Amino acid sequence: MAEQTDDLRQTRAAEDRIPTVIADDLHIVYRVYGTGAGKGSATAALNRIVRRKPSTGVREVHAVKGVSFTAYRGESIGLIGSNGSGKSTLLKAVAGLLPAERGHVYTQGQPSLLGVNAALMNDLTGEKNVLLGGLAMGMSREEVRERRDGIVDFSGINEKGDFISLPMRTYSSGMAARLRFSIAAAKDHDVLMIDEALATGDRAFQKRSEERIRELRKEAGTVFLVSHNNKSIRDTCDRVLWLERGELIMDGPTEEVVTAYEEHR
Amino acid sequence: MPQTLAPPTTDPAPAPVSAGRLAPDPTLRALAETHGLKVSGARPSLPAYIGRLWQRRHFITSFATARVVAQYTTAKLGQIWQVLTPLLNAAVYYLIFGVLLDTKKSIPDYIPFLVTGVFIFTFTQNSVLTGTRAISGNLGLVRALHFPRACLPISICLAQLQQLLYSMGALVVILLCFGQTPTWSWLLAFPALALQFLFNMGMSLVMARLGSRTPDLAQLMPFIMRTWMYASGVMFSISRILVGKHLPQIVVVLLNGNPAAVYIDLMRFALIDSFTHKQLPPHVWAFAAGWALVAGVAGFVYFWKAEERYGRG
Repeated sequence: MAEQTDDLRQTRAAEDRIPTVIADDLHIVYRVYGTGAGKGSATAALNRIVRRKPSTGVREVHAVKGVSFTAYRGESIGLIGSNGSGKSTLLKAVAGLLPAERGHVYTQGQPSLLGVNAALMNDLTGEKNVLLGGLAMGMSREEVRERRDGIVDFSGINEKGDFISLPMRTYSSGMAARLRFSIAAAKDHDVLMIDEALATGDRAFQKRSEERIRELRKEAGTVFLVSHNNKSIRDTCDRVLWLERGELIMDGPTEEVVTAYEEHR
Repeated sequence: MPQTLAPPTTDPAPAPVSAGRLAPDPTLRALAETHGLKVSGARPSLPAYIGRLWQRRHFITSFATARVVAQYTTAKLGQIWQVLTPLLNAAVYYLIFGVLLDTKKSIPDYIPFLVTGVFIFTFTQNSVLTGTRAISGNLGLVRALHFPRACLPISICLAQLQQLLYSMGALVVILLCFGQTPTWSWLLAFPALALQFLFNMGMSLVMARLGSRTPDLAQLMPFIMRTWMYASGVMFSISRILVGKHLPQIVVVLLNGNPAAVYIDLMRFALIDSFTHKQLPPHVWAFAAGWALVAGVAGFVYFWKAEERYGRG
């Protein structure tokens, strides 16, 4: 039943759906400096500068190799694959944070990437971070003030006492990740990309964020989700991209791709 | 959950779906064009960029205030350090240059002279130093949220301006204690500060771009700034040093046209009675406005040119 509707949607997709993200033969190459076989000491570095030898330590990592896909409005797309398969790199490229070596990424509006590592300001209180994050995303002061309580309630930071008025450096990593997700999710994004954020919260928070992701999709956005948790992929996504060694292995309805992925392992 | 009960599909041997086609697909590009999709992360035009900056003006001011507040949150005395830090700074220079080297003999009102110099130079110094880390020190914010990156160096300069205003409050008390009387010329402090702020902002924007590419600059800049300070007449009077010496014309022009010296002298002229227009270098207001305009405009354009590259890598 589920698959039939999926197939129907896929065939309809080309005609009347509005694309939000188009990746066209996308290649991403990282250049990593300072990994050379030579000695890492200061004298060795000075020696290289004096002799005008190029730094031996430049290594190229071809992280994404020719990925093409088209994402449409209202879709929720999961990215799966083993560690180091290029999922996070692909998201960063879609967000415009990594330059493409070859190929292009076209997007509707400005995609927002929400990663676990993306810290706001640690010395400020959670409250101030809510204000700053909201303003940085382009909300007005009034909008932030209106949504402030909603954001705090959603994050569940205040469930165990008045933590929102403490600096963020005193938060546990889970609390900080929850607050960041709540801030980013408070705005309606054209394209929202979530990098394993759901794995950090507790069960109750995961439930709430899954609901919020569904809401965001209803508001005609596209959601990308990177996760190693196949259950949360199944619960929130209707389409899955499977990456392995930077190549797109499969692109299709969730059940089909996730099952193939599980069998492959 | 009906989904988990669905029969497993038969596709055990994964082969990349993209393997057969390695060239860009023209139909994808056409699809992007018909729906008005833009290349991700492309740099907006200069007018559009200024428009976006204006939309984030509340973010710029809130970020500045937040930085000022956050700076001393771990200190027990808290915000008192806002005033204490510049005062201690001035006390050190007074001890070395005023007492030990006895510069104060040749300069009337030495303490107001010195403290004004220290505060005004610190404003430029800190704008440049923190500007160098504006992008590289806020990568978390840059990578998490989308906003015009010029917000960061600009709001850092605003934070420095806020700190300078605390210092200026302390300076007014010092001036009154040392027998200066408020005159109409004190009002000249405002245009001088405005021009210096514009200059600092330009410098900060330039340093933010350089510092984002070469983080090593953050290590180097303190030395450059210290050299600049000693060349700017913070604790001695340039005009007195120039008297009776036959220095090459180029050195005189460089010493007098040095933007830091220009802004310091203007502030001294505004606030200190014994610092008269005779001690001001020629065309000082023209220099002050010129530096502000050149640094402000050129710095902004230079920063904007690399907008799409901040936070990458």
